Amino acid sequence: MRRLRNIEEKFFRVLMFLSTSIIVIALTLIIVSILYKGLPSLTWEMISQTPKGGFYFGKEGGILNAIIGSLYLALASTILAFLIGLPVALMMNVHLVKHKKLVNAIRFFLDLLWGVPSIVYGAFGFTVMIYFGLKTSLLAGIFTVTLFIIPIMVRGMDEVLKTIPRGLMESALSLGSTSSEISYRIYIRQVISGLITSILLSFGRAIGDAASVLFTTGYTDHIPTALNQPTATLPLAIFFQLSSPIPEVQNRAYASALVLTIIILIISIASRYFSKRYQKNRIKN
Amino acid sequence: MVIGLIVVILLPFILGIGLYLKSTMLLENQSLFKLLFSSDWRPLAGKFGFLTFILSSVWVTVVSLLIAGPICLLTAIHLTQYAKTWVLRLMHPVIDILAGIPSVIFGVWGILIIVPFISDYLGPFLGKQVSGYSILAGSIVLAVMIIPFILNILIEVFKTLPDELREASLSLGATKWQTIKLVLVRKAFPGIISAFGLGVSRAFGETIAVLMVVGNVTTIPKGIFQPGYPLPALIANNYGEMLSIPMYDSALMLAALVLFIVVMLFNLGSRFAISQLEEKE
Repeated sequence: MRRLRNIEEKFFRVLMFLSTSIIVIALTLIIVSILYKGLPSLTWEMISQTPKGGFYFGKEGGILNAIIGSLYLALASTILAFLIGLPVALMMNVHLVKHKKLVNAIRFFLDLLWGVPSIVYGAFGFTVMIYFGLKTSLLAGIFTVTLFIIPIMVRGMDEVLKTIPRGLMESALSLGSTSSEISYRIYIRQVISGLITSILLSFGRAIGDAASVLFTTGYTDHIPTALNQPTATLPLAIFFQLSSPIPEVQNRAYASALVLTIIILIISIASRYFSKRYQKNRIKN
Repeated sequence: MVIGLIVVILLPFILGIGLYLKSTMLLENQSLFKLLFSSDWRPLAGKFGFLTFILSSVWVTVVSLLIAGPICLLTAIHLTQYAKTWVLRLMHPVIDILAGIPSVIFGVWGILIIVPFISDYLGPFLGKQVSGYSILAGSIVLAVMIIPFILNILIEVFKTLPDELREASLSLGATKWQTIKLVLVRKAFPGIISAFGLGVSRAFGETIAVLMVVGNVTTIPKGIFQPGYPLPALIANNYGEMLSIPMYDSALMLAALVLFIVVMLFNLGSRFAISQLEEKE
């Protein structure tokens, strides 16, 4: 009986070890396969030029249009989402701190929104776009992606703000500060690294999502110069080039995938750095 | 501030209503029941039966959960109960990076590794002639995508279990594994189910990665080696034509609405269960 028990435990420990390894292996496989396929085709030309004539048949050019387009789109929507999200997160943690039920209800809504698939946001953005008579454009893309990342942004900042000890607010209040002063002078300064982490995470989501921009930003070979122009994005550049039957174009898709992966890895490393710094500087209860 | 807050609270309703208004055009003509349970998909003839797409979505989601679920549960137990510090130090970045990788990259990976693996090794091994672009490929890619998501919640769930539970069980002479199996997992059961529910909702709506490897053939799939055509892929693939065929846009918006409602229900149920769990602690 005891032997059986031990065998069972051993068996499951092996299984557990295997499952943990599978996750590590999956990530390694993803990064290695993208590197392996993408590196040979990644040239300076790829990332410094826009598509020239015949680019989609394997001729000259690069994906600068998609890189710049994605950066425009992600930057603008991150800034917008930040401007909307920060006040909401602060309000939940400063002004409404006494109404615990209400704050929890808001958190619940945000979590629900977070779960909505990006294609639904895309379809919704498209409906709104048609309603206002707009064409596929950078503006429509920014609108859709902003909606999509607001819940991620607010929830991230909320989780950080939640960790500030209540005593800080009480002492500030007792010294005569208003709620707004607490929010913008004290709280923000306390958690600045944590906030940067959630901004970076939202930026990563914004730059990597394809389904929400598929309907709304369109695709073009030019770098956009105005908000009402269609814009190319990296995920779609990868997607379109990969569906081509020509091997050179497919190889470029792998190189584009490598560019996107590198951007995401940089964001990931930066956000780890800031979240470590936040953990270190944070005032504990 | 208040405006931002109102926007956030109203957004789910606005999303739902917006999609509903667009799909009413189609619903006025044909009954919802007929649309959902017919597999007759001929947009040019005005026939929009979603059954094929709904079944494909269900297949992909269920199979991916069958793959991801056990892996996540075992890993979560390993990380919270057994793992040494260096394992934790390794796994945290791994999970974070995996969660941050864009879905299109997962799709590229699926085409590079999973599809050839199924067509060249797994298919012949089982004595089947398959193209690789199949429900199984979509499910594997999806499983890897939802693993970090489910795993993070499961780790939280196991962390919130009170230490006294484990101590009490160990002091009664149970082994570590018995404690986990009979006490911890049982206690965490609602949390585990909710984590899986959230995983389902994530998997159900995932678009690009699945679209790239699942084959996109409009026939009802009969097994995991056959191609499928899930709802999100349907929407994403046809956005180009949808304004040129009458009612097509309305049908696609209905598909988005169905997606939205299913995901919302799963989310609602799971989040509700989790919040109940947190209150109890």
